[in-house]
Amino acid sequence: MVWDWLPTYASRFVDGFWVTIQLFSMSLFFGFMLAIPIGLVQVTGPKWLGLIARGYCTLFRGTPLLIQLWLLYYGLGSIFPHFPALRESMFWPILVAAFPYAVVAFTLSVAAYEGHVMAGAFRSVPKNELEAGRAFGMSRFSLLRRIWLPRALQNVLPTLAGEAVLTLKSVPLASTITVFGVYGVGTLVRQDTFLVYEPLLFVAFIYLCLTGILVYLFGWLERRVPSESMK
Amino acid sequence: MAFISNTIQLFYEWGPNFLRGTMATLQIALGSYLLGIFIGTCGAVGKIYGGRSLRFSLKIYTTVIRGVPELVLILLIYYAGSSLINLALEGVGLNPININGVAAGVIVIGVVQGAYQTEVIRGALVAIPKHETDAGIAFGMSRFKVFRRISFPAMLPLALPGMANLWMICTKETALLAVVGFEELALVTKQAAGKSRMFLEAFTIAMVIYLCITLASNVVFKLIEKRTTRGHPKLDGS
Repeated sequence: MVWDWLPTYASRFVDGFWVTIQLFSMSLFFGFMLAIPIGLVQVTGPKWLGLIARGYCTLFRGTPLLIQLWLLYYGLGSIFPHFPALRESMFWPILVAAFPYAVVAFTLSVAAYEGHVMAGAFRSVPKNELEAGRAFGMSRFSLLRRIWLPRALQNVLPTLAGEAVLTLKSVPLASTITVFGVYGVGTLVRQDTFLVYEPLLFVAFIYLCLTGILVYLFGWLERRVPSESMK
Repeated sequence: MAFISNTIQLFYEWGPNFLRGTMATLQIALGSYLLGIFIGTCGAVGKIYGGRSLRFSLKIYTTVIRGVPELVLILLIYYAGSSLINLALEGVGLNPININGVAAGVIVIGVVQGAYQTEVIRGALVAIPKHETDAGIAFGMSRFKVFRRISFPAMLPLALPGMANLWMICTKETALLAVVGFEELALVTKQAAGKSRMFLEAFTIAMVIYLCITLASNVVFKLIEKRTTRGHPKLDGS
Protein backbone atom coordinates (compact mmCIF):
# COMPACT_ATOMS: atom_id res chain seq x y z
CA MET A 1 0.00 0.00 0.00
CA VAL A 2 1.34 3.40 -1.00
CA TRP A 3 0.00 6.40 0.87
CA ASP A 4 2.61 9.10 0.15
CA TRP A 5 0.21 10.92 -2.20
CA LEU A 6 -2.08 11.80 0.69
CA PRO A 7 -0.32 15.02 1.92
CA THR A 8 -0.07 16.34 -1.65
CA TYR A 9 -3.78 15.97 -2.25
CA ALA A 10 -4.96 16.75 1.28
CA SER A 11 -6.19 20.26 0.47
CA ARG A 12 -8.04 19.02 -2.62
CA PHE A 13 -9.73 16.35 -0.54
CA VAL A 14 -10.83 19.03 1.93
CA ASP A 15 -12.33 21.04 -0.95
CA GLY A 16 -13.99 17.91 -2.29
CA PHE A 17 -15.30 17.11 1.15
CA TRP A 18 -17.10 20.47 1.29
CA VAL A 19 -18.53 20.00 -2.18
CA THR A 20 -19.87 16.61 -1.08
CA ILE A 21 -21.35 18.04 2.11
CA GLN A 22 -22.89 21.02 0.31
CA LEU A 23 -24.43 18.95 -2.46
CA PHE A 24 -25.80 16.46 0.06
CA SER A 25 -27.22 18.94 2.56
CA MET A 26 -28.70 21.26 -0.05
CA SER A 27 -30.45 18.48 -1.93
CA LEU A 28 -31.68 16.90 1.31
CA PHE A 29 -33.06 20.22 2.55
CA PHE A 30 -34.73 21.37 -0.67
CA GLY A 31 -35.85 17.83 -1.45
CA PHE A 32 -37.57 17.48 1.89
CA MET A 33 -39.23 20.88 1.51
CA LEU A 34 -40.70 19.62 -1.78
CA ALA A 35 -41.53 16.21 -0.32
CA ILE A 36 -43.99 17.64 2.23
CA PRO A 37 -46.41 19.11 -0.35
CA ILE A 38 -45.84 16.12 -2.68
CA GLY A 39 -46.81 13.74 0.11
CA LEU A 40 -49.65 15.91 1.34
CA VAL A 41 -51.48 16.29 -1.98
CA GLN A 42 -51.55 12.51 -2.38
CA VAL A 43 -53.59 12.23 0.83
CA THR A 44 -55.71 15.36 0.77
CA GLY A 45 -56.67 18.07 -1.71
CA PRO A 46 -57.83 17.85 -5.33
CA LYS A 47 -57.56 14.45 -6.98
CA TRP A 48 -55.75 15.62 -10.12
CA LEU A 49 -52.97 17.16 -8.03
CA GLY A 50 -52.55 13.88 -6.18
CA LEU A 51 -52.34 12.01 -9.47
CA ILE A 52 -49.63 14.35 -10.73
CA ALA A 53 -47.68 13.92 -7.49
CA ARG A 54 -47.98 10.14 -7.68
CA GLY A 55 -46.89 10.16 -11.32
CA TYR A 56 -43.91 12.31 -10.40
CA CYS A 57 -42.88 9.87 -7.67
CA THR A 58 -43.23 6.88 -10.01
CA LEU A 59 -41.19 8.57 -12.74
CA PHE A 60 -38.29 9.67 -10.52
CA ARG A 61 -38.23 6.54 -8.37
CA GLY A 62 -38.47 4.29 -11.42
CA THR A 63 -35.49 5.61 -13.37
CA PRO A 64 -31.79 5.72 -12.42
CA LEU A 65 -30.52 8.94 -10.87
CA LEU A 66 -27.55 8.77 -13.24
CA ILE A 67 -29.87 9.09 -16.27
CA GLN A 68 -31.82 11.94 -14.62
CA LEU A 69 -28.55 13.72 -13.95
CA TRP A 70 -27.37 13.31 -17.53
CA LEU A 71 -30.80 14.29 -18.91
CA LEU A 72 -30.64 17.55 -16.98
CA TYR A 73 -26.98 18.37 -17.53
CA TYR A 74 -26.39 17.21 -21.10
CA GLY A 75 -29.99 17.40 -22.28
CA LEU A 76 -31.25 20.70 -20.89
CA GLY A 77 -27.72 22.09 -20.81
CA SER A 78 -27.52 21.66 -24.59
CA ILE A 79 -30.87 23.43 -25.11
CA PHE A 80 -30.19 26.58 -23.09
CA PRO A 81 -27.47 28.06 -25.37
CA HIS A 82 -30.06 28.26 -28.17
CA PHE A 83 -31.86 31.06 -26.34
CA PRO A 84 -29.90 34.33 -26.75
CA ALA A 85 -32.02 36.01 -24.07
CA LEU A 86 -30.75 33.47 -21.52
CA ARG A 87 -27.14 33.96 -22.56
CA GLU A 88 -27.36 37.66 -21.83
CA SER A 89 -29.30 37.28 -18.60
CA MET A 90 -27.79 37.35 -15.14
CA PHE A 91 -28.59 33.63 -14.71
CA TRP A 92 -26.12 32.54 -17.38
CA PRO A 93 -23.18 31.85 -15.01
CA ILE A 94 -25.46 29.52 -13.04
CA LEU A 95 -26.62 27.75 -16.20
CA VAL A 96 -23.11 26.91 -17.37
CA ALA A 97 -21.81 25.64 -14.02
CA ALA A 98 -22.30 21.95 -13.27
CA PHE A 99 -22.98 22.20 -9.54
CA PRO A 100 -26.49 23.74 -9.83
CA TYR A 101 -27.53 20.94 -12.20
CA ALA A 102 -26.36 18.38 -9.66
CA VAL A 103 -28.29 20.12 -6.87
CA VAL A 104 -31.46 20.26 -8.98
CA ALA A 105 -31.19 16.61 -10.07
CA PHE A 106 -30.52 15.37 -6.53
CA THR A 107 -33.28 17.57 -5.08
CA LEU A 108 -35.84 16.20 -7.56
CA SER A 109 -34.80 12.65 -6.73
CA VAL A 110 -34.92 13.20 -2.96
CA ALA A 111 -38.32 14.88 -3.33
CA ALA A 112 -39.68 11.83 -5.16
CA TYR A 113 -38.37 9.21 -2.69
CA GLU A 114 -39.26 11.17 0.43
CA GLY A 115 -42.54 12.39 -1.07
CA HIS A 116 -43.54 8.76 -1.45
CA VAL A 117 -42.57 8.06 2.16
CA MET A 118 -44.36 11.16 3.43
CA ALA A 119 -47.59 10.24 1.60
CA GLY A 120 -47.68 7.01 3.59
CA ALA A 121 -46.73 8.85 6.76
CA PHE A 122 -49.50 11.44 6.43
CA ARG A 123 -51.97 8.65 5.72
CA SER A 124 -50.94 6.74 8.85
CA VAL A 125 -51.79 9.55 11.29
CA PRO A 126 -55.06 8.60 13.06
CA LYS A 127 -58.02 10.63 11.81
CA ASN A 128 -59.34 11.41 15.30
CA GLU A 129 -56.16 13.32 16.17
CA LEU A 130 -56.74 15.63 13.23
CA GLU A 131 -60.40 15.98 14.21
CA ALA A 132 -59.33 16.89 17.73
CA GLY A 133 -57.15 19.66 16.33
CA ARG A 134 -59.96 20.92 14.16
CA ALA A 135 -62.33 20.86 17.14
CA PHE A 136 -59.92 23.18 18.92
CA GLY A 137 -60.40 25.64 16.08
CA MET A 138 -56.94 25.22 14.55
CA SER A 139 -56.50 26.64 11.07
CA ARG A 140 -55.48 24.13 8.38
CA PHE A 141 -51.92 25.41 8.44
CA SER A 142 -51.46 25.18 12.19
CA LEU A 143 -53.11 21.76 12.13
CA LEU A 144 -50.41 20.68 9.68
CA ARG A 145 -47.61 22.36 11.63
CA ARG A 146 -48.68 21.34 15.13
CA ILE A 147 -50.21 17.89 14.65
CA TRP A 148 -50.17 16.32 11.21
CA LEU A 149 -46.53 16.86 10.23
CA PRO A 150 -44.92 16.05 13.63
CA ARG A 151 -47.04 12.91 14.02
CA ALA A 152 -46.23 11.80 10.47
CA LEU A 153 -42.50 12.43 10.93
CA GLN A 154 -42.46 10.51 14.19
CA ASN A 155 -43.61 7.39 12.36
CA VAL A 156 -41.18 7.51 9.46
CA LEU A 157 -37.98 8.88 10.96
CA PRO A 158 -36.11 5.55 10.52
CA THR A 159 -37.24 5.34 6.86
CA LEU A 160 -36.13 8.92 6.22
CA ALA A 161 -32.76 8.09 7.78
CA GLY A 162 -32.39 5.21 5.32
CA GLU A 163 -33.28 7.47 2.40
CA ALA A 164 -30.78 10.07 3.58
CA VAL A 165 -28.00 7.45 3.64
CA LEU A 166 -28.93 6.38 0.10
CA THR A 167 -28.78 10.02 -1.02
CA LEU A 168 -25.36 10.49 0.58
CA LYS A 169 -24.09 7.39 -1.18
CA SER A 170 -25.27 8.62 -4.58
CA VAL A 171 -23.30 11.89 -4.34
CA PRO A 172 -20.31 10.34 -6.24
CA LEU A 173 -22.54 10.16 -9.33
CA ALA A 174 -22.13 13.94 -9.60
CA SER A 175 -18.50 13.40 -10.61
CA THR A 176 -19.79 12.19 -14.02
CA ILE A 177 -20.91 15.77 -14.71
CA THR A 178 -17.64 17.27 -13.41
CA VAL A 179 -18.79 18.06 -9.86
CA PHE A 180 -15.75 16.87 -7.94
CA GLY A 181 -16.57 15.79 -4.43
CA VAL A 182 -14.46 13.40 -2.40
CA TYR A 183 -14.96 10.67 -5.00
CA GLY A 184 -14.03 12.97 -7.86
CA VAL A 185 -10.76 13.93 -6.14
CA GLY A 186 -10.12 10.21 -5.59
CA THR A 187 -10.52 9.62 -9.33
CA LEU A 188 -8.09 12.46 -9.98
CA VAL A 189 -5.50 10.84 -7.70
CA ARG A 190 -5.99 7.52 -9.48
CA GLN A 191 -5.35 9.15 -12.84
CA ASP A 192 -2.28 11.02 -11.59
CA THR A 193 -0.59 8.27 -9.59
CA PHE A 194 -1.83 5.11 -11.38
CA LEU A 195 -2.75 3.66 -8.00
CA VAL A 196 -5.82 1.43 -8.17
CA TYR A 197 -6.87 0.62 -4.63
CA GLU A 198 -5.52 3.21 -2.19
CA PRO A 199 -7.51 6.28 -3.36
CA LEU A 200 -10.68 4.19 -3.62
CA LEU A 201 -10.16 2.76 -0.13
CA PHE A 202 -9.58 6.26 1.21
CA VAL A 203 -12.81 7.51 -0.41
CA ALA A 204 -14.66 4.46 0.93
CA PHE A 205 -13.32 5.20 4.42
CA ILE A 206 -14.50 8.83 4.30
CA TYR A 207 -17.96 7.80 3.15
CA LEU A 208 -18.13 5.11 5.82
CA CYS A 209 -17.40 7.78 8.44
CA LEU A 210 -19.97 10.16 6.94
CA THR A 211 -22.59 7.40 6.88
CA GLY A 212 -21.78 6.57 10.51
CA ILE A 213 -22.18 10.21 11.55
CA LEU A 214 -25.46 10.50 9.63
CA VAL A 215 -26.86 7.33 11.21
CA TYR A 216 -25.79 8.60 14.63
CA LEU A 217 -27.46 12.00 14.07
CA PHE A 218 -30.72 10.39 13.00
CA GLY A 219 -30.52 8.03 15.98
CA TRP A 220 -30.09 11.03 18.27
CA LEU A 221 -33.08 12.71 16.62
CA GLU A 222 -35.15 9.55 17.02
CA ARG A 223 -34.32 9.33 20.70
CA ARG A 224 -35.37 12.92 21.21
CA VAL A 225 -38.73 12.35 19.59
CA PRO A 226 -41.07 10.62 22.03
CA SER A 227 -42.50 7.40 20.64
CA GLU A 228 -45.22 5.07 21.78
CA SER A 229 -42.90 2.12 22.29
CA MET A 230 -40.92 4.10 24.89
CA LYS A 231 -43.72 4.19 27.40
CA MET B 1 -43.18 19.31 -32.28
CA ALA B 2 -39.56 18.92 -33.26
CA PHE B 3 -38.69 17.17 -30.00
CA ILE B 4 -41.11 14.30 -30.57
CA SER B 5 -40.18 13.74 -34.22
CA ASN B 6 -36.47 13.92 -33.30
CA THR B 7 -36.98 11.34 -30.56
CA ILE B 8 -38.78 8.97 -32.90
CA GLN B 9 -36.11 9.41 -35.54
CA LEU B 10 -33.33 8.81 -33.02
CA PHE B 11 -35.04 5.69 -31.75
CA TYR B 12 -35.49 4.49 -35.33
CA GLU B 13 -31.79 4.95 -36.11
CA TRP B 14 -30.40 3.66 -32.82
CA GLY B 15 -33.14 1.12 -32.07
CA PRO B 16 -30.90 -1.99 -32.25
CA ASN B 17 -28.35 -0.36 -29.92
CA PHE B 18 -31.02 0.58 -27.39
CA LEU B 19 -32.39 -2.95 -27.60
CA ARG B 20 -28.94 -4.47 -27.04
CA GLY B 21 -28.34 -2.15 -24.11
CA THR B 22 -31.71 -3.01 -22.58
CA MET B 23 -31.03 -6.74 -22.93
CA ALA B 24 -27.60 -6.34 -21.30
CA THR B 25 -29.16 -4.34 -18.46
CA LEU B 26 -31.88 -6.97 -17.89
CA GLN B 27 -29.36 -9.81 -18.07
CA ILE B 28 -27.07 -8.29 -15.46
CA ALA B 29 -29.96 -7.21 -13.25
CA LEU B 30 -31.47 -10.71 -13.25
CA GLY B 31 -28.14 -12.47 -12.73
CA SER B 32 -26.98 -10.21 -9.94
CA TYR B 33 -30.41 -10.30 -8.29
CA LEU B 34 -30.33 -14.11 -8.13
CA LEU B 35 -26.74 -14.04 -6.88
CA GLY B 36 -27.82 -11.45 -4.30
CA ILE B 37 -30.67 -13.68 -3.08
CA PHE B 38 -28.25 -16.62 -2.80
CA ILE B 39 -25.68 -14.58 -0.84
CA GLY B 40 -28.47 -13.02 1.20
CA THR B 41 -29.98 -16.38 2.15
CA CYS B 42 -26.59 -17.77 3.19
CA GLY B 43 -25.77 -14.53 5.00
CA ALA B 44 -29.08 -14.47 6.86
CA VAL B 45 -28.72 -18.10 7.97
CA GLY B 46 -25.15 -17.37 9.03
CA LYS B 47 -26.21 -14.28 10.96
CA ILE B 48 -28.90 -16.20 12.87
CA TYR B 49 -27.34 -19.63 13.42
CA GLY B 50 -23.64 -18.95 12.84
CA GLY B 51 -20.87 -18.85 15.40
CA ARG B 52 -19.38 -15.70 16.81
CA SER B 53 -16.66 -15.12 14.24
CA LEU B 54 -19.01 -15.81 11.32
CA ARG B 55 -21.59 -13.40 12.72
CA PHE B 56 -18.91 -10.76 13.21
CA SER B 57 -17.56 -11.03 9.67
CA LEU B 58 -21.08 -10.95 8.22
CA LYS B 59 -21.78 -7.84 10.26
CA ILE B 60 -18.70 -6.17 8.78
CA TYR B 61 -19.77 -7.24 5.27
CA THR B 62 -23.28 -5.79 5.54
CA THR B 63 -22.18 -2.63 7.36
CA VAL B 64 -19.37 -1.76 4.95
CA ILE B 65 -21.38 -2.52 1.81
CA ARG B 66 -24.34 -0.49 3.03
CA GLY B 67 -22.19 2.44 4.15
CA VAL B 68 -19.97 2.92 1.09
CA PRO B 69 -21.22 4.41 -2.21
CA GLU B 70 -22.11 1.81 -4.83
CA LEU B 71 -19.87 3.49 -7.40
CA VAL B 72 -16.81 3.06 -5.14
CA LEU B 73 -17.77 -0.54 -4.36
CA ILE B 74 -18.26 -1.38 -8.01
CA LEU B 75 -14.78 -0.09 -8.87
CA LEU B 76 -13.19 -1.83 -5.87
CA ILE B 77 -14.87 -5.19 -6.46
CA TYR B 78 -14.26 -4.93 -10.20
CA TYR B 79 -10.50 -4.36 -9.89
CA ALA B 80 -9.94 -6.47 -6.78
CA GLY B 81 -12.05 -9.32 -8.13
CA SER B 82 -10.36 -9.52 -11.51
CA SER B 83 -6.84 -9.27 -10.08
CA LEU B 84 -7.64 -11.91 -7.43
CA ILE B 85 -8.88 -14.31 -10.09
CA ASN B 86 -5.82 -13.70 -12.24
CA LEU B 87 -3.57 -14.13 -9.20
CA ALA B 88 -5.22 -17.47 -8.55
CA LEU B 89 -4.81 -18.48 -12.20
CA GLU B 90 -1.14 -17.54 -12.13
CA GLY B 91 -0.77 -19.54 -8.95
CA VAL B 92 -1.86 -22.71 -10.69
CA GLY B 93 0.24 -21.86 -13.75
CA LEU B 94 -2.47 -20.65 -16.16
CA ASN B 95 -2.45 -17.52 -18.31
CA PRO B 96 -4.34 -14.50 -16.95
CA ILE B 97 -7.73 -13.97 -18.55
CA ASN B 98 -9.80 -10.95 -19.39
CA ILE B 99 -12.95 -11.21 -17.34
CA ASN B 100 -16.14 -11.28 -19.35
CA GLY B 101 -18.13 -8.07 -18.92
CA VAL B 102 -21.47 -9.65 -18.06
CA ALA B 103 -19.93 -11.96 -15.46
CA ALA B 104 -18.04 -9.06 -13.87
CA GLY B 105 -21.19 -6.92 -13.75
CA VAL B 106 -23.23 -9.74 -12.24
CA ILE B 107 -20.64 -10.46 -9.55
CA VAL B 108 -20.06 -6.81 -8.68
CA ILE B 109 -23.74 -5.89 -8.30
CA GLY B 110 -24.58 -9.30 -6.81
CA VAL B 111 -22.13 -8.80 -3.95
CA VAL B 112 -23.65 -5.38 -3.22
CA GLN B 113 -27.20 -6.75 -3.43
CA GLY B 114 -26.25 -9.64 -1.16
CA ALA B 115 -25.65 -7.31 1.77
CA TYR B 116 -29.11 -5.76 1.48
CA GLN B 117 -30.77 -9.15 0.86
CA THR B 118 -29.08 -10.51 4.00
CA GLU B 119 -30.84 -7.91 6.11
CA VAL B 120 -34.21 -8.33 4.37
CA ILE B 121 -34.14 -12.15 4.62
CA ARG B 122 -32.79 -12.12 8.17
CA GLY B 123 -35.65 -9.88 9.27
CA ALA B 124 -38.18 -12.20 7.64
CA LEU B 125 -36.61 -15.38 9.05
CA VAL B 126 -36.60 -13.98 12.58
CA ALA B 127 -40.30 -13.15 12.26
CA ILE B 128 -41.35 -16.76 11.59
CA PRO B 129 -43.11 -18.21 14.68
CA LYS B 130 -40.77 -20.70 16.37
CA HIS B 131 -43.36 -23.43 16.75
CA GLU B 132 -43.57 -23.81 12.97
CA THR B 133 -39.93 -24.88 12.71
CA ASP B 134 -40.24 -26.84 15.97
CA ALA B 135 -43.01 -28.87 14.34
CA GLY B 136 -40.64 -29.76 11.51
CA ILE B 137 -37.93 -30.85 13.93
CA ALA B 138 -40.49 -32.91 15.85
CA PHE B 139 -41.28 -34.74 12.60
CA GLY B 140 -37.62 -35.70 12.35
CA MET B 141 -36.72 -33.34 9.48
CA SER B 142 -33.06 -32.47 9.07
CA ARG B 143 -32.08 -28.83 9.66
CA PHE B 144 -31.64 -28.28 5.95
CA LYS B 145 -35.03 -29.79 5.22
CA VAL B 146 -36.68 -27.61 7.87
CA PHE B 147 -35.16 -24.60 6.14
CA ARG B 148 -36.15 -25.68 2.64
CA ARG B 149 -39.66 -26.89 3.44
CA ILE B 150 -40.74 -24.56 6.27
CA SER B 151 -38.58 -21.52 6.97
CA PHE B 152 -37.94 -20.51 3.36
CA PRO B 153 -41.56 -20.64 2.12
CA ALA B 154 -42.86 -19.11 5.35
CA MET B 155 -40.36 -16.28 5.07
CA LEU B 156 -41.16 -15.38 1.44
CA PRO B 157 -44.37 -13.36 1.98
CA LEU B 158 -42.66 -11.39 4.76
CA ALA B 159 -39.52 -10.70 2.72
CA LEU B 160 -41.28 -10.00 -0.56
CA PRO B 161 -41.89 -6.24 -0.20
CA GLY B 162 -38.22 -5.72 0.66
CA MET B 163 -37.11 -8.04 -2.11
CA ALA B 164 -39.29 -6.23 -4.66
CA ASN B 165 -37.69 -2.98 -3.57
CA LEU B 166 -34.22 -4.48 -4.02
CA TRP B 167 -35.07 -5.61 -7.56
CA MET B 168 -35.97 -2.01 -8.43
CA ILE B 169 -32.68 -0.84 -6.92
CA CYS B 170 -30.88 -3.60 -8.81
CA THR B 171 -32.19 -2.59 -12.25
CA LYS B 172 -31.28 1.03 -11.59
CA GLU B 173 -27.88 0.15 -10.16
CA THR B 174 -26.81 -1.52 -13.40
CA ALA B 175 -26.62 2.01 -14.85
CA LEU B 176 -23.54 2.58 -12.67
CA LEU B 177 -21.67 -0.02 -14.73
CA ALA B 178 -21.60 2.59 -17.50
CA VAL B 179 -18.96 4.38 -15.45
CA VAL B 180 -16.59 1.38 -15.68
CA GLY B 181 -17.26 1.26 -19.42
CA PHE B 182 -19.67 -1.64 -19.57
CA GLU B 183 -22.07 -1.46 -22.50
CA GLU B 184 -25.50 -1.47 -20.94
CA LEU B 185 -28.46 0.83 -21.47
CA ALA B 186 -26.98 3.94 -19.82
CA LEU B 187 -23.70 3.79 -21.76
CA VAL B 188 -25.41 2.97 -25.06
CA THR B 189 -27.63 6.00 -24.49
CA LYS B 190 -24.65 8.20 -23.80
CA GLN B 191 -22.97 7.00 -26.99
CA ALA B 192 -26.13 7.60 -29.04
CA ALA B 193 -26.49 11.06 -27.50
CA GLY B 194 -22.88 11.99 -28.20
CA LYS B 195 -22.87 10.76 -31.79
CA SER B 196 -26.24 12.23 -32.79
CA ARG B 197 -25.86 15.41 -30.69
CA MET B 198 -29.46 14.84 -29.55
CA PHE B 199 -28.91 14.70 -25.81
CA LEU B 200 -32.39 15.50 -24.55
CA GLU B 201 -34.01 13.01 -26.93
CA ALA B 202 -31.61 10.15 -26.19
CA PHE B 203 -31.88 10.43 -22.40
CA THR B 204 -35.66 10.71 -22.66
CA ILE B 205 -35.70 7.39 -24.51
CA ALA B 206 -33.58 5.83 -21.75
CA MET B 207 -35.90 7.22 -19.07
CA VAL B 208 -38.91 5.69 -20.84
CA ILE B 209 -37.19 2.29 -21.16
CA TYR B 210 -36.15 2.23 -17.48
CA LEU B 211 -39.65 3.32 -16.47
CA CYS B 212 -41.18 0.50 -18.53
CA ILE B 213 -38.89 -2.02 -16.81
CA THR B 214 -39.97 -0.68 -13.40
CA LEU B 215 -43.69 -0.68 -14.24
CA ALA B 216 -43.54 -4.20 -15.70
CA SER B 217 -41.64 -5.42 -12.63
CA ASN B 218 -44.32 -3.88 -10.41
CA VAL B 219 -46.97 -5.98 -12.14
CA VAL B 220 -44.88 -9.16 -11.86
CA PHE B 221 -44.19 -8.62 -8.15
CA LYS B 222 -47.89 -7.97 -7.50
CA LEU B 223 -48.63 -11.37 -9.07
CA ILE B 224 -45.91 -13.12 -7.03
CA GLU B 225 -47.18 -11.45 -3.89
CA LYS B 226 -50.69 -12.65 -4.64
CA ARG B 227 -49.38 -16.18 -4.99
CA THR B 228 -47.16 -16.27 -1.89
CA THR B 229 -49.79 -14.71 0.34
CA ARG B 230 -52.64 -16.92 -0.89
CA GLY B 231 -54.65 -18.15 2.08
CA HIS B 232 -53.37 -15.33 4.28
CA PRO B 233 -56.03 -13.19 5.93
CA LYS B 234 -56.28 -9.73 4.35
CA LEU B 235 -54.95 -7.07 6.68
CA ASP B 236 -56.58 -3.87 5.50
CA GLY B 237 -60.02 -5.32 4.72
CA SER B 238 -60.03 -3.76 1.25
